[in-house]
Amino acid sequence: MTPKSEQKKFKVIGTRPIRHDGADKVTGRAVYGADLRLSGLVHGKILRSPHAHARVKSIDTSAAEKLPGVLAVATRADMPDLKDKIADLGEGSVNLAHLGANVLAHDKVYYKGHAVAAVAAANPHVAEEAVKLIKVDYEVLPAVTWVMDAMKDDAPLLHSDVFTKSMGKKSSKPSNVPTHIHFEKGNIEEGFKAADVIVQREFKTASVHQGYIEPHVSTALWNQDGHVTVWTATQGAFTARAQTAELLQIPVSQVTVVPCEIGGGFGGKIAVYLEPVAAMLSRKCGRPVKMVMTREDVFEGTGPTPGSFMRVKLGATKDGKLVAGEAWLAYDAGAFPSGVIGPGAMCVFSCYELPHAKVDGYDVVNNKPKTQAYRAPGATQAAFACETVIDELAEKLKIDPIEFRLKNAAKEGTRRVDGPVYPRVGLVETLEAAKSSPHWKSKLEGKYRGRGIASGYWFNIGLKSSVAANVNNDGTVSLIEGSTDIGGTRTSIAMQFAETLGITAEAVHPRVGDTDSVGYTDLTGGSRTTFATGLAAHEVALDIQRQMTERAAILWECEASQVQVEDGVYCHKDKKFTFAELAGQLGHTGGPVVGRATVSPEGASNGFGTHMVDVEVDPDTAKVTILRYTAIQDAGRAIHPSYVEGQMQGGAVQGIGWALNEEYVYNDQGRMENASYLDYRMPTALDVPAIETIIVEVPNPAHPYGVRGVGETPIIAPPAAIANAIYAATGVRMTELPMSPPRLWAAMTKGKNT
Amino acid sequence: MVRKTHVATTINGEPVEFLCEARQSLLEVLRETVGLTGSKEGCNNGNCGACTVLLDGQPVDSCLVLAVEVDGAQITTIEGLAKDSHLHPIQQCFLEDAALQCGICTPGFIMSAKALLDRNPNPSEHAIRFQLAGNLCRCTGYDKIIRAVQDSAKRMAEQTK
Amino acid sequence: MATVYIPSQWRDLTGAVDRLELPGRNLREIASGLESRFPGIAERLVEGEAIAAGLAASIDGAIASRGMYSPVEPTSEIHFLPAIGGG
Repeated sequence: MTPKSEQKKFKVIGTRPIRHDGADKVTGRAVYGADLRLSGLVHGKILRSPHAHARVKSIDTSAAEKLPGVLAVATRADMPDLKDKIADLGEGSVNLAHLGANVLAHDKVYYKGHAVAAVAAANPHVAEEAVKLIKVDYEVLPAVTWVMDAMKDDAPLLHSDVFTKSMGKKSSKPSNVPTHIHFEKGNIEEGFKAADVIVQREFKTASVHQGYIEPHVSTALWNQDGHVTVWTATQGAFTARAQTAELLQIPVSQVTVVPCEIGGGFGGKIAVYLEPVAAMLSRKCGRPVKMVMTREDVFEGTGPTPGSFMRVKLGATKDGKLVAGEAWLAYDAGAFPSGVIGPGAMCVFSCYELPHAKVDGYDVVNNKPKTQAYRAPGATQAAFACETVIDELAEKLKIDPIEFRLKNAAKEGTRRVDGPVYPRVGLVETLEAAKSSPHWKSKLEGKYRGRGIASGYWFNIGLKSSVAANVNNDGTVSLIEGSTDIGGTRTSIAMQFAETLGITAEAVHPRVGDTDSVGYTDLTGGSRTTFATGLAAHEVALDIQRQMTERAAILWECEASQVQVEDGVYCHKDKKFTFAELAGQLGHTGGPVVGRATVSPEGASNGFGTHMVDVEVDPDTAKVTILRYTAIQDAGRAIHPSYVEGQMQGGAVQGIGWALNEEYVYNDQGRMENASYLDYRMPTALDVPAIETIIVEVPNPAHPYGVRGVGETPIIAPPAAIANAIYAATGVRMTELPMSPPRLWAAMTKGKNT
Repeated sequence: MVRKTHVATTINGEPVEFLCEARQSLLEVLRETVGLTGSKEGCNNGNCGACTVLLDGQPVDSCLVLAVEVDGAQITTIEGLAKDSHLHPIQQCFLEDAALQCGICTPGFIMSAKALLDRNPNPSEHAIRFQLAGNLCRCTGYDKIIRAVQDSAKRMAEQTK
Repeated sequence: MATVYIPSQWRDLTGAVDRLELPGRNLREIASGLESRFPGIAERLVEGEAIAAGLAASIDGAIASRGMYSPVEPTSEIHFLPAIGGG
């Protein structure tokens, strides 16, 4: 389809209206999960494993049950048997036994912080006291947390029922490696033979958490009529419903999930943790049960992104043409399969035209919390490796780093290593914008200062969205959509609806519906929401427009085909109605106008970004100061530029934290030592400068407004860009994340890395 | 039965009395007993600032204040900023500058910003970043928050003219 | 006829064949064609009525959204990839 973006100027798209939920959010009125009030509400708390790996021999809850004020206790005994059950939960299939065991441990605990039992009491402090009275008999087992250690033949085996799967082929011996992915393109022996320069490096990254400021929170009421209502902080009400119903083995029709306002997700609030436990406690005590995680629980008991070991080798000719690439990647999956090695392996060389390539990716279970997505899952680690090697190649060949990337940049027609060919994409445009940016043109002078650049790619997904719309008499429209709003999407969706219908963004009242009030909608994640739910909004606007045209025809006593719509104004000969005027006439032309749309677009909208950064390194402390940062990204079409900029800035700063300070520090018993915001050091306002943004628009041919997803791409390039800047500043090539002062200082005082 | 303490305080200009346990933080009492849920819990140990309120004009992490300590004090929470049907200029600037995404940290930031601007009506960017370093945001990268505070300073100066 | 690329991890069933042309109006027919050429391959591709868990099909560069009923054009290029989600 020809994107409308090529056809005319927009009235709403590209403007910056105040978000529809704004007043509630700045006054503290918005109801987040923990703010929920229900009559009879009681509180649930969880007992977590102190051991990284242990058999759970018995759980004695009797002392807890006797504590005055305790209303219910839940353990694995209360969960149905889920062995061998697989469910399709929207983003792919999930092994329910593993999901269930992660929610409440069954035979074993696999990480410190693994949930083991839960208590409900009217007073949350009493619930906490009761949790401490539960006696668990553990048989402690050896633990393994480093991904490479977990792959060794003599590593402690976590699961006796996990076998290595290679794209559907299963091995016969139980293993800590649930997945092996392999891609091949061309012939890498020949490829490397043709190379004039080859660089190979090995990299390590640590577990990193999404760090959302709102801890997980769920409230469940298992009503006396058997219906379960769950109010929860989730990125997807429908996927939370499916998971909860499956884990409790009750029909989906028996569960309603009401998504509360959510305080950040980034991929970490897709899997359920508290919902089924709160439901089980509620069933036992007949009261609504609210459960909120502590910050420590969030670090230890939810889903950080994988730590990794990677080896990347790239070869190029002396005029800077890449000829061959080889990557070997091992990513944590954490306690249960599967992790995000698939996208990592697909992304590692995804920014480049590479005629010969080989990629091997391994998912590895170990005694850490089960990994979850953190924005572009698996891509940041892979880009850290690839973009560092690219930088080194460019330097050896004495070619400018942007020119080197332009020479080899993926474009329409480039075949990716995993096979598909790109349609129209915007990497080259981001590189050109980088080249002509004020930042790149500015001089950076001074000792221990350096500039680095890196690019990144994320697929962005499609999946399903539903919306409904009701026209009000005054020409406003209520728009019910199913995408939980984590960052302002209800407004970007409303803006697309308004643009299509020819009304203002303010005339739209968007609302996020619960699972009973809106059609099935997949999660808010994967950079899909403004793209797919926006597409649904566009379609429902067309549906409304069709119906309004029929009403005008009734009033003008003509055929609907004789009514024209221009910029939202309905015309026939010399007669015209604005949308609002026509809306006032609905009552006597047939009643309300209600529209609906449901979409399932093919993914992906392909998001490319290029980031550049100037750093200064303190030679005595190895502290890295970010002097200047520019994030450039192809958004396809920026619906609300402020929120696109916001995604770019937020992702960039998360990437800065990932690069410079954030990591899970494990002791030799597999316990996380820094499970608090004090020691898990995320960037503060003082750690970063203004984040300049340049939005490039190469319209997505598969969306009427050219929209490409934007949320995930910005987290990919920062660690590599910063590593490259640190090299320029110090001559030290860092290959381990985070590049925190102790590590960088050790590398600097050891001399240049070779 | 845990013995409770009677506390009489002023919250957002109004006299408020409550009973609380010794182990309850001001944050918990504001949210659970007084019903003001605008202040948020992000970490419960003073590291994220999502619970920031003004205690006798000073910004504090209310998770680090025991409820029993506020007898006789003046407390301002996010709920006390808007006047009648008008948002406070800081609230308005946060909206206009798109300085929030998920919004969970926003009340804390607005309270910290108010404390800063009440004391220093024309802060430099560095002073703003320094004062707000105790408020964590994971969504915005801080850029638009800083701009919103700068714009708030300008707007508040205009209003006092 | 659509061109179907065989993932390198399935070449144990297809020998040296890394791509082939197959007739089919949708993925179901393509899978059927693959199975008659290389018995056993469907087990890796299909589970019941759906694409196998953890797997996705890319048709002409876009991830198919109608499962086994996703339409295929005579000039389509089809790849089988690990399913990806997002965060």
